[in-house]
Amino acid sequence: MNTLLRIKNLHVSVEGKAILHGIDLSINAGEVHAIMGPNGSGKSTFAQVLAGREQFEVLQGSIHYAGENLLTLSPEKRARAGIFLAFQYPVEIPGVSNVYLLKTALNAIRKQRGEAELDAMDFLERVKQHTAMMQMDEELLYRSVNAGFSGGEKKRNEILQLLMLEPRLAILDETDSGLDIDALQVVANGVNSLRDDTRAFLLVTHYQRLLDYIRPDFVHVLAAGRLVKSGGPELALELEQRGYSWLKEAAVAATP
Amino acid sequence: MSIPQPSYQGIFQRLQQHLPGAGIAWMSQMRDSALATLQQQGFPDTRMEAWKYTDLRSLGRHLFTPTTANREISTAQLEPWLFDQEPMHRLVFVDGRFAPQLSPLHALSGGVTLTSLAAALERHPAELEHRLGRTLDTQRPGFNAMNTAFLQDGAYLKLERQTVLDLPVHLLFISSGQTEHMATLRNVIMAAPGSAVTVIESWVALGDATCLSNTITEIMLEDNASLEHYKVVQEGDSATHIGDTSVYQQADSRFTSHSITLGGRLVRNDLDVCLDGHGAECALNGLTLTRGRQHVDNHTRIDHQQSHASSREYYKGILDDRSRTVFSGRIKVHPGAQKTTAQQNNHSLLLSADAEADARPQFEIYADDVQCTHGCTVGELDADALFYLRSRALDRESARNLLVYAFAADVLERMQQQPVRHYLEQQLARHLSGATARLQSAAWH
Ligand SMILES: Nc1ncnc2c1ncn2[C@@H]1O[C@H](COP(=O)(O)OP(=O)(O)O)[C@@H](O)[C@H]1O
Ligand SMILES: [Mg+2]
Repeated sequence: MNTLLRIKNLHVSVEGKAILHGIDLSINAGEVHAIMGPNGSGKSTFAQVLAGREQFEVLQGSIHYAGENLLTLSPEKRARAGIFLAFQYPVEIPGVSNVYLLKTALNAIRKQRGEAELDAMDFLERVKQHTAMMQMDEELLYRSVNAGFSGGEKKRNEILQLLMLEPRLAILDETDSGLDIDALQVVANGVNSLRDDTRAFLLVTHYQRLLDYIRPDFVHVLAAGRLVKSGGPELALELEQRGYSWLKEAAVAATP
Repeated sequence: MSIPQPSYQGIFQRLQQHLPGAGIAWMSQMRDSALATLQQQGFPDTRMEAWKYTDLRSLGRHLFTPTTANREISTAQLEPWLFDQEPMHRLVFVDGRFAPQLSPLHALSGGVTLTSLAAALERHPAELEHRLGRTLDTQRPGFNAMNTAFLQDGAYLKLERQTVLDLPVHLLFISSGQTEHMATLRNVIMAAPGSAVTVIESWVALGDATCLSNTITEIMLEDNASLEHYKVVQEGDSATHIGDTSVYQQADSRFTSHSITLGGRLVRNDLDVCLDGHGAECALNGLTLTRGRQHVDNHTRIDHQQSHASSREYYKGILDDRSRTVFSGRIKVHPGAQKTTAQQNNHSLLLSADAEADARPQFEIYADDVQCTHGCTVGELDADALFYLRSRALDRESARNLLVYAFAADVLERMQQQPVRHYLEQQLARHLSGATARLQSAAWH
């Protein structure tokens, strides 16, 4: 098996408060993993730590990505190495155009891969194709990044970036939240179009709904900073029916 | 309430005969009485409300003197300050003295007078007698007086009815780098009903001498006249710039100001607009980039005297190192000025923990049917935005520079003159790359 991400005993705190208490997880290339869990359980913390947010302090444990120690890499180096985080709350950046960001990001990543910059025509063609796939108004490309975008537009914009940047490890933090069923399908189509045996996906979600469209290989439950249960897609269905409380109790009981 | 300062009497007596208008009785009288005022009032100290945050004591340690000698400057030396290759009318002043050989004027259409103020005083003294100093604010007695007493020159621009000047007028004021030199300039712009013009003032320096620019621009816009006015301050690292722009607007006139301060140790820009006609509009934009120990004080005042007039202010500042900025925005809506709209926005971005931005909005509203809004922020770079950009593969410096650039660019986007905007975008990029270089060298040490 080709292990893309290997996390061992990961402990993380923010502003002195411990959030993650020893996560172990391995993801192979080609796999889709879902992480589910109640609000405040640490899902976004986990996602942001993988992307390199410095605010979160890794107290213990290790993360290896493609055999490399990820913890020594800056966020930009991780991005260039193929890690992509679709944010739960995409950030508005007035004054920086969406298309400029896409181009700059893509070229930085291509440079890392040893590829030449895309010429303007090829770039534009690709952006337009993906914008159409995401059923986004092309006008959004020329607006400031996420500024004044609706909730749904912001989420689509994240997936547009994902499509353009073609990461090896894509982490989607609640990309499904707040989307209607049509938008959810568009987002899922985008993600599914990239699925192949060289890439892996980590889907953070509250709801089983997304998993109807993007079928995961594994489902994990994060509660109170611990992965308290792992299983196949059927676990998501069980959670849908039983909720999280039965697992939360298990997590609390396990807290020393 | 003034700071201790040396007497300017001696210099005045020595120079009096060499200053423009020396043979004109009303002008001499005006200078004499201005000198008396200067001696009596001096420069304001921080106990004066309008000068609370700007300490001028350093000015009192020098005796600034206007030069009477011409400094030779070549056209090539002007190059860095010119805007692309766009044709413009250009008047260049070196150390306060008009330099005709550097000032090519394109053919002027009828209805336009564009000369140095000294020439105008010679040719049409009567026209200036009741004009000069009419719009000046009384909040800065010492500097107004000093400007009048030592007035060297400036630009005189007069547009007759319905005259539209297609080419912009570029006024370039160069400080050649003489220590304790004082450049004392007065520009007069008079736009008759229906006329329109663009004026760009650049204040630049060839060196970083301790010197003083004392400047006043008087603007009179009659009914339906319009002016887009730029003031770009790039004085030297040890220079003080005390400038006032006084604008008087009549009905339906439009005034747009872009006040950009990039250089100067201590810079004070007063901008006073009196909206004295129905439907008059003004838009005051500002951008300040400071670092080191720079101090920049933008002091604006808008008087809504008549109904249905509107004012919009949009000032931004980017502060690094130990620099400091002040923004004062006084808006007075006089009784009877109904249907006034006034918007004021002031945003500061602090790039260093040692920088300080003060904002002082002041609304005095004596009418009931008005719409006044106000927004003010002082903050650091948005950490979420930085992380977002870095997670999209931009390195830290590029991400930071992009955010700073974007913060400033929306002031520049309001400019109609592409060449000026382009020039300033380049200055901004250069400013940012300088910041990057400093950060990197800090990281190596
Ligand atoms: N920047 C932060 N500062 C302080 N506490 C934080 C910060 N980010 C997250 N937390 C806390 O960490 C816990 C987990 O949050 P989060 O990872 O966002 O959970 P989830 O995404 O599962 O809802 C919560 O208790 C939250 O309040
Ligand atoms: Mg979350």
